[in-house]
This record gives sequence, structure tokens and C-alpha cells, in this order.
Amino acid sequence: MTVSAKALAQVHPEAHEHDHEAELRKEHLMLDPKPRGEMNALVMEAMLTTSWKFWAVAGLMALVTVVGLFGMWGYSISEGMYTASVNRPMYWSYFLVHTVFWIGISHAGTFVSALLRVFRAEFRRPFTRAAELMTTFALAQAGIHIFAHMGRVWLAYWMFPIPTQRLIWPNLHSPLMWDFLAINTYLLSSTMYLFLPLIPDLAMARDRSTGWRKSVYRVLALGFRGTESEWTHLRIALNIFAFAILPVMFSVHTIVSWDFAAAMRPGWSSTIFGPYFVVGALQSGVSAVAMVVITVRATMKNMTYFVRPEHFDALGKLMLIISMAWAYFFFNDYMVQWYGGDSFTDSLLHFHEAGPGGWVWFLMLITNILVPWLVLWNKQWRRNPWILFTVGLLANVGMWAERFIIVPVSLQINRVPFMWGHGVKIFRETFPYVSVEIPIFIGSVAFFVLLYMLASKFIPLVPVWEVQEGQMAHSIRRYGKEPVITVAELE
Amino acid sequence: MAIPKIPEFKAEWKEGEEGRWGMAVDMDLCTGCQACVVACSMENNVPFVGEAEAGYGRSLGWIRVERLWEGQYPEVKMTPYQPVMCQQCGSAPCEPVCPVFATVHSQAEQLNVQVYNRCVGTRYCANNCPYVVRVFNWADFDRPDPLPNQFNPDVTVRRRGVMEKCTFCIQRIHRAEDQAKAEGREVLDGEAQPACAQACPADAIVFGRLDDPESRVSKLSRSNRGSHLLEELGTQPRVTYLKGGSNDRLG
Repeated sequence: MTVSAKALAQVHPEAHEHDHEAELRKEHLMLDPKPRGEMNALVMEAMLTTSWKFWAVAGLMALVTVVGLFGMWGYSISEGMYTASVNRPMYWSYFLVHTVFWIGISHAGTFVSALLRVFRAEFRRPFTRAAELMTTFALAQAGIHIFAHMGRVWLAYWMFPIPTQRLIWPNLHSPLMWDFLAINTYLLSSTMYLFLPLIPDLAMARDRSTGWRKSVYRVLALGFRGTESEWTHLRIALNIFAFAILPVMFSVHTIVSWDFAAAMRPGWSSTIFGPYFVVGALQSGVSAVAMVVITVRATMKNMTYFVRPEHFDALGKLMLIISMAWAYFFFNDYMVQWYGGDSFTDSLLHFHEAGPGGWVWFLMLITNILVPWLVLWNKQWRRNPWILFTVGLLANVGMWAERFIIVPVSLQINRVPFMWGHGVKIFRETFPYVSVEIPIFIGSVAFFVLLYMLASKFIPLVPVWEVQEGQMAHSIRRYGKEPVITVAELE
Repeated sequence: MAIPKIPEFKAEWKEGEEGRWGMAVDMDLCTGCQACVVACSMENNVPFVGEAEAGYGRSLGWIRVERLWEGQYPEVKMTPYQPVMCQQCGSAPCEPVCPVFATVHSQAEQLNVQVYNRCVGTRYCANNCPYVVRVFNWADFDRPDPLPNQFNPDVTVRRRGVMEKCTFCIQRIHRAEDQAKAEGREVLDGEAQPACAQACPADAIVFGRLDDPESRVSKLSRSNRGSHLLEELGTQPRVTYLKGGSNDRLG
């Protein structure tokens, strides 16, 4: 028996290692640096390039906004709330569903940006601004729906705490007042939080543009020149804002939930509604971030460099975790209400599942729990933009269904069985043949898309300085023959 | 009934204070004739919304006569007729939730009043009312001739977008109080009558002052046949429902 010594079967070890490092660079934006001038040019080109398709879609969105949102809203203001689906006892309906829906979407913008900044999650860098923009524009839609829901919207300023000749201060005992103040706080702080990291990029754009753009950017960039003290101040301000905006974010959706939880109604009066709503908001919001990022990557120039499958991967993991958290809170809420055994709550829970809207309840469970859990665990699937987009869209459908069940469906059941509900009517016999909430919602989606499209052509959608900062911090070192990613502390 | 401790921003009426109007409804006497509903609409300029809108739960009546069936056909048992209007809660859930103070407790009458021209139409009060007695002006409903000729000049005509509800015919209370004041006397028991009580042919609705222990409504409210709607919620309703078993023939 002969024993022969042979080298292990390893073909071209040098080439293999080289591939590994190249793979890392291809995979991670942070390890794939480009010269600063080149990257700035990429972002400027993405911002300045528009095709006829862009203007066609923007024109269509503007048309839908004007007709669906403002036209139908104006009609309902002049005619009264009977143009909507509301009745007695369902005093709130789709408008409140859509308010909570849009506030939920607005949530994740700040969540993705601020929380990931606080925890220094490096994958956030290329799309923080895309997420923050979503916050601001979605909040605007939420505000529109709150006002559209009011019976006499022309008197909405009576809810502002301003001294007037009426000598009546708003009622700060009302959860609606807390809501109003919280949303305003959130709108202001998230807009500031959007603006702060935008300053260096506006300065970058100012230095690379001419004409009216230069004049506008010059004003907006606040004279930023990139000195050391300016960067220090910006970093400190951003750090403070990132930490401070997180409690604001949590408080806003908690207070939105108190609009329901503080009321003495079966199904609404639930102590767990606060965190349940916050997690629900993240469920719809992070999914919306994924949808926006995928859309931006597919439609804007040069975005395939900045947004890569690694980002879909990270967002997919976030969506999966948040879906699990949502399932936990849903079960908690359901379990405690069911176990309580209050007869009206029992009737309501039975109505949720077995009533005429029961399929919405099951749809909610399927799209919020089943689909993410079955799909997002698979790395190849969540890295696929089509699949991730579909899961995100379904999660938003599911969260819409959740709010639909909480508002109009739950309002069908109250403590006076004689006054139980008449269902939710969508179609009408007279003009506009459909409850105005539907065209107003479609219009608000179009308005959101329109604002986003216009903003993407006006401000750099990628925070170039953050990407460059991250790329400077990242490097590949070798331990033996193995390439290892290291991140340096910059400050 | 022991008054439970309630948050300061809701506690409006305290034991021993003047001016507390209340109602007693004898369900054994009520025939379900709906005269109270009609009288209320006439008195308070409540518009008629038409069959289609009413069918979708948009009728604006301030008072309704409830009747329910118990059991499965053919073994059905009818509950007695029960007129339900605003219960004028002492601790009203509708009041703290209004962002603009449009629904408040009046100091003078100790009633839960709706200030129409403050209302911006958020409808939160209605969602928080456990009795579902608040109604919303979904539109400026048409009033075909000759209905505009019978407007009550003492009552505001509400426009679209505001909430409204039973007031215990506060205009009639004021008229009786003004009359008594002019004659230098107290308001007599039974002098102030809301339209529903006046119209009731069976005298099932009795109205008066609960702070006068000798008034008819006080005596009826103390009856052991009496109960309050959803008393367990701690809303301190001012309407007492009387039921004494003589309705068994209905079953």
C-alpha cells in the first residue's frame, strides 16, 4: 500500500482570494468607493436628468391630485359629510383610516434614519434622505385627511392655540388636541431633521449648478463651505436631533392610538394600543421605505450604484422582525380583550372575524404575518426587488386593513344594540357615485408621488457626504489570507 | 346611587348644588307611539332627511324609541318600548374629548349643552357617547314647503357640519324660569315641560327638578322600579327608566 502526499485540491488560490475581495466590493457600497468628484457628478446627473416619461407621469399625478384630492374634497366641503361613508353610529370612517395609514407611513422615514443613525447601522447611508422625505410628504397627506374629515374644515384654525377675539383656548383634555399638537411637533422636527443633513449636499449642488438653481441653493445651503467647525457643528446637531426625534416619533403614534384607546368603547379602550400602533406604523412604514427605495433605484439614473441588494437584504430583515413584533402585539391585544369576557367586546371580536368584513380581518393576518414570515426568511428572495416590493405592498395593504377594522368596522358595534351599524357604504346613487373618501385617497397617493418626484429633481436624493464619510471609514484588511471589513471611528 | 370619584375635569355637578333637571321614563306606560319623536323634531327644528339617508343611519332625530326582540323566532319576547334621548350625564364622556369646547356643562342648568357655533365637526363626542344619542348634520338637508313655516324661533337652525343632540328643551326651561322670575317665585313642578313629555299621551315621560325632593320626577327616580342606562360606566345619567313587570303581557 503506497501512501502518496498530495496538495489539497485548490485551484488557483490567489485568484480565489482576489474574487472574494472583489465580491465584497461589489456587494457593499461602503467598500466600493468612487472619487468624490465622480460621485458628486453621479448624484447631480440623477437629479438633473428628466425624460418625457418623468413629465408624463408627473402630469398624470398632478391631474389625479387636482381632480381626485382637491376637486372631490372641495365638493365634500360644499355639500357636507353625507358625500362620505360616515353615518350614525359610524361617525368616523375611511378618512381616519387614511390619516392613521399616512401617519404610519411617515413613521418609518424617521425610524430608519434616526434609529439607524443612533445605532450606527452603516447600511442606512445611501437612503436616509429618501426615507426622511417620505416622512414629510406622508405627514402632509395625513394632515389633509384629518382636515377632510372635519365637518366644518373652514374653522380648523379654532384648534390652533392662538389668542383670538373668541377668547376660547383649545381643550387640552381632548386626545384630538394632543394628536394635533403631536403631529405638528413631528412635522416641524422631522422637517428640520430632513434639512440638517441636506445642507452639505445643497452646498455641493450650489457649487455645481448655474442659473436659478444656483440662487436657490445658495440661500438654502446657508453659506456652508465645509470648514472643520461647520462639520463639527453639523455632527453635533445631527446627533442631538437623531436622539431627540426618536421619543417624538414614539409619542406621535402612541398619541394617535389614544384617539381610540382613550375613548370608552368596546374594542378601542385597550391599554396596549400605544405600542401596538407604533409597531403597526413601522410595519407599514419600513415596507413603504423599501418600496420607495426600489422605485427610486429602478427609475432614477445612477441609482444602481448607490442602492444595492445588500440594502434590500437589510430592509427585508427589518420588515421580518417588525412583522414578528406586530404579530406579538396583535396577539396580546386580542388575547386580553377576548379573555376579559365583556359581552360587547365579545360581540365585536366575533363581528371582526365572522361579520361581513371578516375577509378583511383574515387578509390582514395573511399579508401582515403569513406572507412576510414565509418569504423574508429567504436571503435570495428578500434580495430580489420584485419580491421585496410585493411583500412591502402587501404589508401596506394589511396595515390598511388593520386600520379599517379598528375604525369603521369596530364602530359598528357599541353598547346599545339598537344602534348597531348599517355597514360601510362605498357606492352612492348620486354624483360622484362613490364615497368621496376613495377619490380623495387616490388623489393623496398621487399627491405624495408627485411631491416626491418633484423633490427628487430639486434636492440630491442621495446624501453624498454621508456615503463618502462611510466609505472613508470602511476598509478591507487582511487577516492571513482572509479579507475582513473594518470600520474606523471618524470623529 | 353613590357618586363615584371622577376626574376633576369631568366632575361638573356636586351634591347639593342648585339646578339639576332630570327625567323619568316609565317603560310600563310607553306605548311606542313615536309622538315624542315627532314633537321633538317639531320643537327643535330637526330636519327630515328622507328615506334613503335615514335607511343608512343618517336620521337626525334627537329621541328614538327602542324596542328589541329577544330569542329566536317563533319564541320571541319583546322588550318594552324605551325612548332614549341624551341622558345629560353628570360626568359626560362626550365633554372632555371635544378639542374646541363645543360640548360643555352649563353652570346654570347643569345640563350637557352643545354649542353649535363652536363645533368644527370632529365627531369625537359622538364616538365617545355610550348611548349613541348624538346626531350630526351630514348636509344642509332640504326643508320643502311648508316645513319652513313652522320653525321654532327659540331654537337655532343648525347648518351642515355640526353636532347636535337633545337639550332637554332648554328653551322651555328658560321660558319657565323667566316667567317665574318675573312673577317673583320659584319654578313650579311641571311648569317646564320638554316637547316629548308634553306630547306623550300615556304620560310616560316626567320632567322636573331632581334637586327638589318633593318634585314628581324626584319621587319617581327614587322608586325601586328605577334604573339608569349603562350605569356601570359611571356617567351619572339624569334619566331614570322605570320598569315594574307589568309589561309581561307583551311577551
